[in-house]
Amino acid sequence: MAALSTKPHSHGAVVPVSSRAEHFTSYDVNAFEVPGGREEIWRFTPLKRLAGLHSGAAATGTAAVEVSAAEGVTVETVGRDDSRLGTAGVPGDRVAAQAYSSFENATIVTLPGDVKSEPTTVTVTGAGVDAVAYGHIQIKASQFAEGTVILDFRGSGAYADNVEFLVADGAHLTVITIHDWADDAVHVSQHHVKLGRDATIKHTVVTLGGDVVRVTPVVQYAGRGGDAELFGLYFADAGQHQEHRPFIDHAQAKCRSNVVYKGALQGDGAHTVWIGDVLIRAAAEGTETFELNRNLILTDGARADSVPNLEIETGEIEGAGHASATGRFDDEQLFYLQARGIPEDQARRLVVRGFFQELIAKIAVPEVRERLEAAIEAELEAVGT
Amino acid sequence: MATLEIKDLHVSVVSEDAPKEILKGVDLTIKAGETHAIMGPNGSGKSTLSYAIAGHPKYTITSGTVTLDGEDVLEMSVDERARAGLFLAMQYPVEVPGVSMSNFLRTAATAVRGEAPNLRHWVKEVKGAMADLDIDPAFAERSVNEGFSGGEKKRHEILQLGLLQPKIAILDETDSGLDVDALRVVSEGVNRYKASGEVGVMLITHYTRILKYIQPDFVHVFANGRIVESGGRELADVLESEGYVKYTGSKEAAALS
Repeated sequence: MAALSTKPHSHGAVVPVSSRAEHFTSYDVNAFEVPGGREEIWRFTPLKRLAGLHSGAAATGTAAVEVSAAEGVTVETVGRDDSRLGTAGVPGDRVAAQAYSSFENATIVTLPGDVKSEPTTVTVTGAGVDAVAYGHIQIKASQFAEGTVILDFRGSGAYADNVEFLVADGAHLTVITIHDWADDAVHVSQHHVKLGRDATIKHTVVTLGGDVVRVTPVVQYAGRGGDAELFGLYFADAGQHQEHRPFIDHAQAKCRSNVVYKGALQGDGAHTVWIGDVLIRAAAEGTETFELNRNLILTDGARADSVPNLEIETGEIEGAGHASATGRFDDEQLFYLQARGIPEDQARRLVVRGFFQELIAKIAVPEVRERLEAAIEAELEAVGT
Repeated sequence: MATLEIKDLHVSVVSEDAPKEILKGVDLTIKAGETHAIMGPNGSGKSTLSYAIAGHPKYTITSGTVTLDGEDVLEMSVDERARAGLFLAMQYPVEVPGVSMSNFLRTAATAVRGEAPNLRHWVKEVKGAMADLDIDPAFAERSVNEGFSGGEKKRHEILQLGLLQPKIAILDETDSGLDVDALRVVSEGVNRYKASGEVGVMLITHYTRILKYIQPDFVHVFANGRIVESGGRELADVLESEGYVKYTGSKEAAALS
C-alpha cells in the first residue's frame, strides 16, 4: 500500500517543491542530497546542531527500547529484513531515510483485534551523550482493536527514527508521544500513520526536552471513513528548537482530520516551528479537515514560526479550514486575575495552564495527564517572574 | 470602618506619542456604609478612575494619593489591592480560556481570605450565590467569561463581589447593556452585598436608571477628569431631566480632544 515514489530525483539545484503531492520520498538515504539548509523542508532547522544525522553520521550506539505491554499485546524485536516493516509509509526526508537505512533492530507492538487493551508504554532511552543511534518502531492495531500506546523518549544523544502506526479497518488507536529528552539530545523523527477503512487515530505529540526535536507526522488513508486527530503540545525554553511538521494526505473519500498544536515559549533563543500541511486530492470527496496552531510567547527573545498550508484538488468536500495565531502573554487576563487577589505568579500559571487545558483534557490516561501538568508547572517555575 | 480616600489624583495614559492626562485632580472619600454614585458623560474619565484605583498598568499616577484605611494603595500591586479589600466590577470583564469559573472563584477566595475555604461549605456557598443571581450551575464548569453574554458577565462580576466580600467595591458601569430583568437581579446582588456588612460602594454609571434600584447616599458629577458637583440623591433627578449639557456644553469637544 505504501506509495513508493516514482518521481526521478533531481540532483543538483534546490528546487522548491510547489505541491505537497510531489514531495519526494524514498527508503534509500542515497536518493536524497545532503541538505544545505536552504531547502524548503530544512530551512527552519538548525542543521549544525543535528550531530550529522542529515549528513551520514554512522551509528555509534544503540537506543534502548523497553516495552511495558498490556495483556494481550504482543511485542517482537525483529531484524531489518522483516517484510512487515516500512508498510505504513516511506521516509520523506534524508534523516528519515538515513534512519531507515541504518537501524539494526525494530520493535513491533501489536494490539489484538476486537478487544479493548489497557495502555502499553514504549520507553526509548538515547544512546548517551555524543552518541548517535537510529531506530525503528512499528505499532499495529489489528482489526477492531482499541487501545492506547505511550511512546516515552528520554535520555541523551542524537537519535533518528521512523515510527509506523498501522491502524487496521475499524480499529481505534490512541497514541501519546512524549519527548522528554535531556538537554543535549537531538531527535529527528518521522511518524507514518496509515488508517484503514473506518479506522481512527488520536495522535498526541508532547515536546518538552531536548536541544533539537523535529517531528514529522504523516497521515495516509487506505480506505474511506478514516478519522485522524493530531494534537500537539510543546514548551520551548531558552535555546531549544522544537519543530513539528504534520502532514495529512487526504486521498480517500469521506475521511476526516483535525489538527490542533499549541506551544508556549520562554527564554532567549527558544524557537518553535510548526508547518501544517493538508492535501486534499481529487479522489478525496467529502473530506472534512481543520488545522490550528497557537503559540504563546511568554518572554522576549523567543520565536515561533507557524505556517499552515492547505491544498485542495476537489471542490466536493465537507469543509476545510486552518488557523494560526502567535501572541504575547495577555496582560488583560493577568490584570483581571490579579484584580481578584490572585498573586501574579499564580495568575500566570493559571493562564498558561488554561492555554493548554483544551489539549490536556483530551489525554485519557490520568498518569500521563498528571505528568504533563507537573511538567508545565516545572517549566513555569523555571522562568520566574 | 473602612475608608477609601482619594486626594488630588492626577492620572495619565500613555498613548502613541505623548502621555495624556485624563484625571485632573480627583478628591473623593468613601466610608463604609456609604454609596457614592459617580455620574458623567462618556469620555469624562470615570472608568479611568476605577482602573487607576485597581492598578491597571496602562495608567500612570502623576500625582495625588489613594489610601485605604490609611494604607497607601498606590504602593500596592494589583493583587495586593484586592487582598487589602478593594474590588473592581469591570465594565468589560476579561475572558480567560481554559480556566474554569469554579477554579477561578476558589483560587480568588483562597487568595483574598488567606486560606482555602472548606470545600463542603464552599460548594454550598457558591451554589447559593449563583442561584441568587439566576446563574445556571453549568457556568461553574465553563471558562471564565468565555462566550458569556454581556449580562452573564455582569452577573458573574456581582457573584465575585458577593463571594470576595471587599471593604470597598467599585462598580464600573455594571448597569450598561443590561435588560430590565438582569438589571434588577444585579442590583439585588449589590444590595445584598451592601446589607452584608460595613462596606462602601462607588457606583459609576452613565444613566440614572440603576439608582432606582440602588439608593445612593451621594451623587457626584464627573466631567473633564474631575468631580465638578456633588450632592445627594436629588442631584440624580436633576441629571435625569437636564442631562450633562450644563457640565460639558462647549467644553465637551475640548475634553475629548
